[in-house]
Amino acid sequence: MSVMEVENSSGLAEINRAHREPQPLLKVSQLTKLYQPGKGCQAINFELWPGEVLGIVGESGSGKSTLLRVLSGREEPDNGYVQYQISPNNSVSLYGLSESERRRLLRTEWGVVHQHPMDGLRPRVSAGGNIGERLMAVGSRHYGDIREQAADWLSQVEIPVDRIDDMPITFSGGMQQRLQIARNLVTHPKLVFMDEPTGGLDVSVQARLLDLIRNLVTELGLSVVIVTHDLAVARLLAHRLVVMKESRIVETGLTDQVLDDPQHPYTQLLVSSVLQG
Amino acid sequence: MMNTMNNKVMLRVENISKTFVLHNQGGASLSVLDDSSFQVESGECVVLLGQSGSGKSTLLKALYANYLVDGGQILVRQNLDSRHWIDLVTATPKSILEVRKHTIGWVSQFLRVIPRISALDVVSQPLVELGENKTIAREKAKILLRRLNVPEALWHLAPATFSGGEQQRVNIARGFIVESPILLLDEPTASLDEKNCQVVIELISEAKQRGAAIVGIFHDESVRQRVADKIYDMSKSTLFVVEH
Amino acid sequence: MMYESGQASGYNYGYLDEQTKRMIRRSLLKAIAIPGYQVPFGGREMPMPYGWGTGGIQITAAIIGQPDVLKVIDQGADDTTNAVSIRQFFEKVAAVTTTEKTSDASLIQTRHRIPEKPLKEGQILIYQVPIPEPLRFIEPRETETRKMHELEEYGVMHVKLYEDIARYGHISTSYAYPVKVNGRYIMDPSPIPKFDNPKMNQMPALQLFGAGREKRIYAIPPYTDVKSLDFDDHPFEVQRWGEPCAICGSTESFLDEVVTDDQGGRMFVCSDTDYCREQQALPKSEESMSCL
Repeated sequence: MSVMEVENSSGLAEINRAHREPQPLLKVSQLTKLYQPGKGCQAINFELWPGEVLGIVGESGSGKSTLLRVLSGREEPDNGYVQYQISPNNSVSLYGLSESERRRLLRTEWGVVHQHPMDGLRPRVSAGGNIGERLMAVGSRHYGDIREQAADWLSQVEIPVDRIDDMPITFSGGMQQRLQIARNLVTHPKLVFMDEPTGGLDVSVQARLLDLIRNLVTELGLSVVIVTHDLAVARLLAHRLVVMKESRIVETGLTDQVLDDPQHPYTQLLVSSVLQG
Repeated sequence: MMNTMNNKVMLRVENISKTFVLHNQGGASLSVLDDSSFQVESGECVVLLGQSGSGKSTLLKALYANYLVDGGQILVRQNLDSRHWIDLVTATPKSILEVRKHTIGWVSQFLRVIPRISALDVVSQPLVELGENKTIAREKAKILLRRLNVPEALWHLAPATFSGGEQQRVNIARGFIVESPILLLDEPTASLDEKNCQVVIELISEAKQRGAAIVGIFHDESVRQRVADKIYDMSKSTLFVVEH
Repeated sequence: MMYESGQASGYNYGYLDEQTKRMIRRSLLKAIAIPGYQVPFGGREMPMPYGWGTGGIQITAAIIGQPDVLKVIDQGADDTTNAVSIRQFFEKVAAVTTTEKTSDASLIQTRHRIPEKPLKEGQILIYQVPIPEPLRFIEPRETETRKMHELEEYGVMHVKLYEDIARYGHISTSYAYPVKVNGRYIMDPSPIPKFDNPKMNQMPALQLFGAGREKRIYAIPPYTDVKSLDFDDHPFEVQRWGEPCAICGSTESFLDEVVTDDQGGRMFVCSDTDYCREQQALPKSEESMSCL
């Protein structure tokens, strides 16, 4: 509930309660963005808590990428809202903000990790420059400091620090993806959106990346919304799952429960289709 | 009606039923649990007894909220001193995650292997998640692994290449490292030799002594005899006290 | 030296028609009201191709009047082909008095340099600009760069400077060095050497910038803050030479390197021809006199 709504309802007790009870970091209500009937996402409802990883699974065409784009402020919905808890006592409606504020949010408190890392990197800027950009964008003006932070993040994502001046196009796919993650995390965001972050990577490279993401989530208390068609990735990273089929959520619950005891016919089909290694 | 007079009860299962509906097999339905009820007190171990297919594994998983149930209540007390109960059947996912973290320890039948995590880190993780210092958590993990006869050479390796028995012992250590008020054990001794069985029995006994309420499935009759205080017979849906 | 000439027949005064001049003046007023902001304008076909100063020429044409005295320089020199052509063009279409003396001019059109002699209130400096967009090097989309200016998203400018330092150990940009105008817009000052950047700050004269091909006008009103971008630990610095001008002896001006022979012989001379001439005409110092 936003502070505005609380003040309009019953009174002091309500306001006190709203302020004392922890609020979800993200609250999504009746979110809808359709390109055609059944194409896109509709009537999406869920909450995301601090430190939680939410997985959005479903087959291609289910609308998960659309949902992610709308959630991360990059595409305006037809209907519904996305409420973000910007501070303990204040929440904002994502599409009620000005474009400037929304873009600023995406540069500071939020992060977006794209499926193809080069979509989220500047190809002709060095690794250090890529990581340092967000710092410079929020006013960092000390070259030495910026470089030091960039080097620190490179080691956190297990990229050799001596590659700080190399161009991302000289990196392997897995390294590019890790660089993209570092670039996003440098401003200590609270919420990160990931779209198939391990797609297109070799299995062993995937394992390394997932391990990194899991550690960062725990160490930094990140909240993550991760879209994936890979149930093994979902099981490894997500606390909770949302299953999408043809633009709607058909099932939601704890990851292990949804994958081990699926209720909806579509979820059962998805789970049973996974090749056992 | 909740028995609040007996303040030793930690877990209360009331009238739970479960039917699996297999939508992709023509909607076939499997009734696995039917109106099961029992309770578990602090310091005791209830063993679920029944033939294969009797639903004991399903019941245990339902107690961890890994499986859903169709009706009834699964009431969990936060810890021995608390008056606060949570019904797993109606609780939010967030609450369930909290309950799993603080109250319910779980030893699954098979270790779910995560790539690149060392045995030591697998075991210490539940403690680290509760905020314990990593070094201290690792020390406790080492003690447990040593007790369970997992060779030190394996501690820094990822369990993917371990034998079934070694993996299970890592799993057990992970389940016992946090002193949870409630412990759920799914065939913990299945792949263990006599020596390690004995260690597990000792761990269970120690847990009981510190007041843990335990529910377990043990395929081995002799192990059952040594750990069970009560037996829940799946076929009769009744709880029996074990005569020692 | 002053040149008198007659108005060429068949052309409106200043070559452009009056409505076009009005349109350009409106753009100029808007540009002056928003220092450093690029104002699109309806650039006209000029009798020289793009890349030859059409932007600067259109601005000059829009504001020039009979009482004006026009100076045109190209890389600091009044006597290069381009400077001469443009000066003659305006002599023909505006019948205006022209000069090579900076202090005598009311309008100065320049390509890639600011005169050494400090300008005064009432003078107007008109710069020829090839690429007006300072963010173009990193963002090819016009829609995106407009948004970045609107939302003051200038982080990337410092990325460029960061890359320079990472690659060369220092900021290697030596001309068209980006500046922040009036604390708000980031601007490309045209390909003037960074040596000239400090002159733009709090300049008493009005500075106008015209890009003909890109059809953009921008401006810096008199006495406006213009700050060159840098890092706290890599502050902005101007170029320095190891020797003075070989002709006038100045150590304060921007020097061009001139190759004198095939054996690698070279000398450094002032790029600003008027300034160099003026320096030469100054009375010699007491010291040098006493050597005689």
